Amino acid sequence: MSRGTSYRLANGGAIDRSRPLSFSFDGHDYTGFAGDTLASALLANGVRLVARSFKYHRPRGILSAGSEEPNALVELRAGARREPNTRATTAELYDGLDALSQNRWPSLAFDILAVNSLASPIFVAGFYYKTFMWPAAFWEKLYEPMIRRAAGLGRAADAPDPDTYEKVTAFCDVLVVGGGPAGLTAARAAARSGARVVLADESFALGGRLLAERRTIDQMSGVEWCSSMTNELAAYDNVRLLPRTTVFGAYDSGTYGAVERVSDHVAVPPDGTPRQRLWRIVAKRTIVTAGATERPIVFGNNDRPGVMLAGAVRTYINRFGVAPGRRTVVFANNDDGCATIADLAAAGIDVAALVDTRSATPRHIADLAARLGVRAINGVITDVEGRHGVKRARIRTTDGASLVVDCDLVAVSGGWNPNIQMTTHLNGKPRWNDAISAFTPGDLPKGMSVAGAAAGEFSLTACLAQGTRAGAAAAAATGFDAEPIDVPTTGDEHVAISAFWHVEGSRHKALVDFQNDVTAADVALAEREGFRSVEHLKRYTTLGMATDQGRTANVNALAILAKLTGKSIPETGMTTARPPFTPVALGAFAGHHRGHDFKPSRLPPSYDWTREQGGILVETGLWMRPAYFPRAGERDWLDTVKREVETVRRKVGICDVSTLGKIDVQGPDSIALIERLYMNGMTTLKVGRARYGVMLREDGMVMDDGTVARLGEHHYFITTTTANAAKVYQHMQLARQWLWPELDVELASATEQWAQYAVAGPRSRDLLSSIVDPVFDIRDATFPYLAAAELTCCGGVKARLYRLSFSGELAYEIAVPARYGDALWRRLVDDAHALGGCAYGSEALGVMRIEKGHVSGPELNGTTTPSDIGLGSMASKKKDYIGRVLGGRLGLTDAERPTLVGFKPLDRAKRLRAGAHFIARNAEATAANDEGYMTSAAFSPSLGHWIGLGLLRRGPQRLGEVVRAFDPLRNEDNLVEVVSPVFIDPEGARLRA
Amino acid sequence: MRLACPCCGERSLDEFTFLGDASVTRPDPSADDAAGAFHAYAYLRRNAAGPSDELWFHNTGCHAWLVVTRDTRTHEILGVRLAQDVALARTGNRKDVRETSA
Ligand SMILES: [Zn+2]
Repeated sequence: MSRGTSYRLANGGAIDRSRPLSFSFDGHDYTGFAGDTLASALLANGVRLVARSFKYHRPRGILSAGSEEPNALVELRAGARREPNTRATTAELYDGLDALSQNRWPSLAFDILAVNSLASPIFVAGFYYKTFMWPAAFWEKLYEPMIRRAAGLGRAADAPDPDTYEKVTAFCDVLVVGGGPAGLTAARAAARSGARVVLADESFALGGRLLAERRTIDQMSGVEWCSSMTNELAAYDNVRLLPRTTVFGAYDSGTYGAVERVSDHVAVPPDGTPRQRLWRIVAKRTIVTAGATERPIVFGNNDRPGVMLAGAVRTYINRFGVAPGRRTVVFANNDDGCATIADLAAAGIDVAALVDTRSATPRHIADLAARLGVRAINGVITDVEGRHGVKRARIRTTDGASLVVDCDLVAVSGGWNPNIQMTTHLNGKPRWNDAISAFTPGDLPKGMSVAGAAAGEFSLTACLAQGTRAGAAAAAATGFDAEPIDVPTTGDEHVAISAFWHVEGSRHKALVDFQNDVTAADVALAEREGFRSVEHLKRYTTLGMATDQGRTANVNALAILAKLTGKSIPETGMTTARPPFTPVALGAFAGHHRGHDFKPSRLPPSYDWTREQGGILVETGLWMRPAYFPRAGERDWLDTVKREVETVRRKVGICDVSTLGKIDVQGPDSIALIERLYMNGMTTLKVGRARYGVMLREDGMVMDDGTVARLGEHHYFITTTTANAAKVYQHMQLARQWLWPELDVELASATEQWAQYAVAGPRSRDLLSSIVDPVFDIRDATFPYLAAAELTCCGGVKARLYRLSFSGELAYEIAVPARYGDALWRRLVDDAHALGGCAYGSEALGVMRIEKGHVSGPELNGTTTPSDIGLGSMASKKKDYIGRVLGGRLGLTDAERPTLVGFKPLDRAKRLRAGAHFIARNAEATAANDEGYMTSAAFSPSLGHWIGLGLLRRGPQRLGEVVRAFDPLRNEDNLVEVVSPVFIDPEGARLRA
Repeated sequence: MRLACPCCGERSLDEFTFLGDASVTRPDPSADDAAGAFHAYAYLRRNAAGPSDELWFHNTGCHAWLVVTRDTRTHEILGVRLAQDVALARTGNRKDVRETSA
């Protein structure tokens, strides 16, 4: 390899030669310039072998100069910032850039797994399906690890990404996708009319192919014209320029996804700057000016380093001032060959031959070749030779002669494919255009237009005219009068093409899909084996399924398949392009939603106190709920929970229940709505009283439970479970707005407005009497079980008091406006301590509800009816309510259904587990003998052993029976006694105390 | 996708929650065939390929239920109405339907 030899041209290019940048590739140090990409800098240093291919580990060089690159994928950066599969052709060079080649071992030049190439018969199309079929165990132990080693992409970073990503939404009248000549003129025309314009381009400089060609526009060089256009656009207040930004997807309603590489061009993002920014752009009109992508021609060893797309050759010469080789053979089926030999000659690079697939070279090309002293040949390149880099090309002329030409660069052009991806993301079907041998956009999504090369117009004159027209039209469509703009003028050019795809007859591999290593022979094999539909071809050979989505491969493959099947290309069809246009890092989609910030956290009013105490929090939906409050000397959570439960049962405990859903219901028809929502009767509920209620879904299953308190004549306040708060609120709104719109009632969610605490235990009234202001009498006679009142506490703070019990003890719930929540909690804690009480968390709450046989989430699991959970008798027979009709179906009223009962282990030392299945004592543990399952289990401090709730077939009729609780997941098999689900105080004497 | 809420204006999809088909109406629970009618109401859907009326909830907006007419083939939004107005119009109750068309 000619490392160290400079391939940098003496002058030219849009690079800043006064700013040298050092970088390393595979541990070797090199120098490039500001304005280089990693690819141009590698080429400038004579590095041609940059990668090994995916399957056969073939040596690969740089094929393109853009985001379509299938070969030159590298690992960029190191450690936590390591980024695999980065295209060297789009990675901007920065000082200290550190890149590694991928998929080679031990080194690029000597890759042991290149023997895959020799063993290639087993790696042909469909090898996954054929070779590794038998025996099954070999797959896991041998084949898969082997394939993973042999075929692969780069390594992802194995530490959390230290950088930040952000998301932003933008609105505009006109979005311009691509900043080439058509995009720049479109943006200018729209901008001058006053429309809000967003112009996004992949590259760090606007201009597209103009930056890579030697053209003159309005008496300026192409590069000067681009910078004058950029300056004009940047000066408009109504224009947002987004360089380094790829619009990767078109979505519904004029919404586009784009990713801006904010800091990818520096080693480490500056403080406060994200690495990348995900844009959601909502546009009234969109102009796709995404340009076109050049196609290779398929011939033997066409993937060798040194075979490069002709347009890329011109890019490296003109934009980066780099000679991609010393001696070139140009191979083309179109008039672009003309510009290529002219640019090569202007850069002083030897052109050994121009091989034109057409039988007659157009006059203007022949003349130019003669003037430049370039040998013009009508024929094809059949193969190139040179393993790690092209050394010579074998040519077959149209009249059958063979010749060999020494060269180190083959500039190949098979024509251009318009970049139509954005037009197909919403199911638009492209149309084949014979004149340019390529697909062009078909029916467009609403609000979208296409201009320039993306529309199949390859001459610069047409791009400038179409762009200007499209920009003015888009602005006018959004209500801005566009003043007429002169179309910039430029010279004529020739863009004729004669379709040519594949040089047959080489004994070497001829690559179609470079990234996934799919050859012309693979396409032929797929066809022979019957995979003739383009969708089958794709899946059988993996063609087009790599990260480049086959941008340089798909149309060539279609053409080869079409020839084999004797159909035309449009008859053969085209696979659908889907977003993203180029790979987008998951980090960009996640944005700030990582780790704890994945979702917002809701903090209950006792949160600060809990943190101060070292209390343990548990995530319940979005809520961070206190679970238990360990004290010194307690061995584990069970110790703590046991102490909290015993304290409540003997003294008093307080628990933050603010997470319960709360909904305020007001209006003359409140009770009418409530009656239809709850299965039990509510009309008899008096002002100042609360009642337990059960809501069903329309299919008859229990949806939620909670309490209804009547605070006034037409004012009710209801609670829901924590988990279902949002769902129940939506359901109630649906009932009010959609099912019974005539009802005069309003609903408001008040979950976050009220801090609400349970105060439970024999001393709870004593505790509250020091909290509730003395003018309010809360003695049992005036404030009995299920009383509800609006009152004040702590010297005039508005409060609500409910006498409700979830624990089975004498208990209350007190609510104050959320802003007093922290203060009231601290006061309650202090007063509770004075009475020998304590705070308890959701764990103790759960234990006590199981001891009391109250159902909760595990029982209200969407598959249980009221009868299943022992609440069937609550259902009103006097009214209709949601779920009544379908709840009466035979299957739901079957007496055989598993029904709620309690369980005690026969051996009291055994632990019970939710999830265990019930099997009759002497029956075999089979699915057919399954009689239900344990829904909840807890260690009961009150009973001194584990207890459970569960759904058992005909449960209530089997009290006293012993059944197996079989848990194959944990390998447990216990005998349990069927008991009443109420383990504590079945008469309810305590809660009425 | 974007929906034009009659109360809030055009908003992004992620402010809304989808429920389902708005072409079904809750049957008369006292009718003789209530069991069959409720079965159809709860379970049977046309699943049309084309314009369909759907119920959406403006979850992080005004809390209105909306009847959104969407072409299921293209996701084109053909109109958005307040569900309450649609329901009232259906029962002949009152008010004109407040609507925004996309
Ligand atoms: Zn709204």
